[in-house]
Amino acid sequence: MKFSIYDFSSFTQSIHELLTGVMSPTWVFITELAIVGLIFLLFYAVLGLFLVYLERRVCAFIQNRLGPNRVGPQGIFQTIADLIKLLFKELFVVKNADKFLFNLAPFVVIIASLMAIGALPYAKGLQALDFNIGLFYIIAVTSLGVVGILLAGWSSNSKYSLLGAMRSGAQIISYELSVGLSLLAIIIFAGSMQLSVIVESQANGWWIFKGHIPAFIAFVIFLIAATAETNRGPFDLAEAESELTAGFHTEYTGIRFAFFFLAEYMNMFLAAALATTVFLGGWMPLHFGNFETFNRIMDFVPPIVWFFGKTFVVIYIIMLFKWTFPRLRIDQLLTLEWKYLLPINLVNIVLIAFLVLMGWHF
Amino acid sequence: MNAFFNYFSEIGHGIGTLLKGMRVTSGYFFRPREIITQKYPENRATLKMFDQFKGEVVMPHDKNNNHRCTGCGICENNCPNGSIQILTRKETTPEGKSVRVIDKHIYHLSMCTFCGLCVKTCPSDALAFGQTFEHAVFDRQKLTKVLNKPGSSLKKDVKE
Repeated sequence: MKFSIYDFSSFTQSIHELLTGVMSPTWVFITELAIVGLIFLLFYAVLGLFLVYLERRVCAFIQNRLGPNRVGPQGIFQTIADLIKLLFKELFVVKNADKFLFNLAPFVVIIASLMAIGALPYAKGLQALDFNIGLFYIIAVTSLGVVGILLAGWSSNSKYSLLGAMRSGAQIISYELSVGLSLLAIIIFAGSMQLSVIVESQANGWWIFKGHIPAFIAFVIFLIAATAETNRGPFDLAEAESELTAGFHTEYTGIRFAFFFLAEYMNMFLAAALATTVFLGGWMPLHFGNFETFNRIMDFVPPIVWFFGKTFVVIYIIMLFKWTFPRLRIDQLLTLEWKYLLPINLVNIVLIAFLVLMGWHF
Repeated sequence: MNAFFNYFSEIGHGIGTLLKGMRVTSGYFFRPREIITQKYPENRATLKMFDQFKGEVVMPHDKNNNHRCTGCGICENNCPNGSIQILTRKETTPEGKSVRVIDKHIYHLSMCTFCGLCVKTCPSDALAFGQTFEHAVFDRQKLTKVLNKPGSSLKKDVKE
């Protein structure tokens, strides 16, 4: 079995050959699906817990505190302890709640983000699904999360949950527009929606550098809109933990609540990973024109380290948003979207189309 | 045309102020000046509480075992929870005057909300806040304290 940290395709190919040697093609397919599914579920749970821990630590350091530092070295097992606590809690269902939808909603939310995470390219040859419409697929699948949120609010039989869900849904739907349009900018540059092609097109430079100022504007707009779409940071008025009672998941307890919580953090990871893949070169190392030695040293760092390094930088920026800016009012939220982000985005796309038409990008 | 420029200058101003805020917070993240969190059980020996901290009500005594409480009862009347009880007795001075002295200044820590009205209203500054905070006990009788030490007497310079 060949294993290289720089190229996973030979490794996955050798696993495939190993399996074809022992079973029929149908069973190979099913086994591979099961293996990939298991890996992603594990990855999802571990990364989600780690992100919750990371958020608490980052927020603590920003506020001159220490944060969780008791359970395990530097408090690394704190969120696992929290998860165990949530597992022991009673799963309470509100009287007259729509039981079926109430139970279904957390799964819809979590499946939507899990499906999107499956399509991301993590390293060379490390991508579960490589559609030719990959970016479109991710946008489509993440919007499914809204359905889960609305279901949760509707089935809870509580007016606070319903109002919270409506506000959440309205916010996500209106910012979806900006996310889609800012990603469209790079689709025009790369000329493809396939994520692996988009990453390959950045081998000689990331789009944020190659695309001049318009790409940078698209990147900033994507960051803002993605933060709003994940209901985080200064845009968490639907949830507003310090003023309201958590919006759509008010009536949820125990592990069902944890599902929403985990999905929220994984959506943040998804937004950061998407920004990395599309604007910051995915798993491509940083290359500068003709500096051969510099480029050689950068090539030495494995692609998976590049991917997660860049993703965590973007995650840090998104966390910094949350712990720096005051929360927006609903009218400010809509003004930002409809009066600033959307017009700038539209002009930006026309500009990019012109740039690509004239062949002015690198 | 003016509105057009205003639109962009507003955006520029907004981004500028947002970046200023982000510079402050990431400054704290990368170069924390002073960590406020106290690692409590480990630093128990060196932990020093701040001046305004209201641990419990105490009655300071000087080195001759004298306190400043005249037993006027203002603190008892002012306490919203009734957590102070003052027992007084009459004593005759060598000059033949009859004066009131405290027998016991009883303080129920279990009922106290640390509002500070007793300390604030005491006319002779007899009460103060102590810095201790480890009040947990296994018997609630232990939360009823007598603030004046046994054998203590009123300081000479305190007037009624």
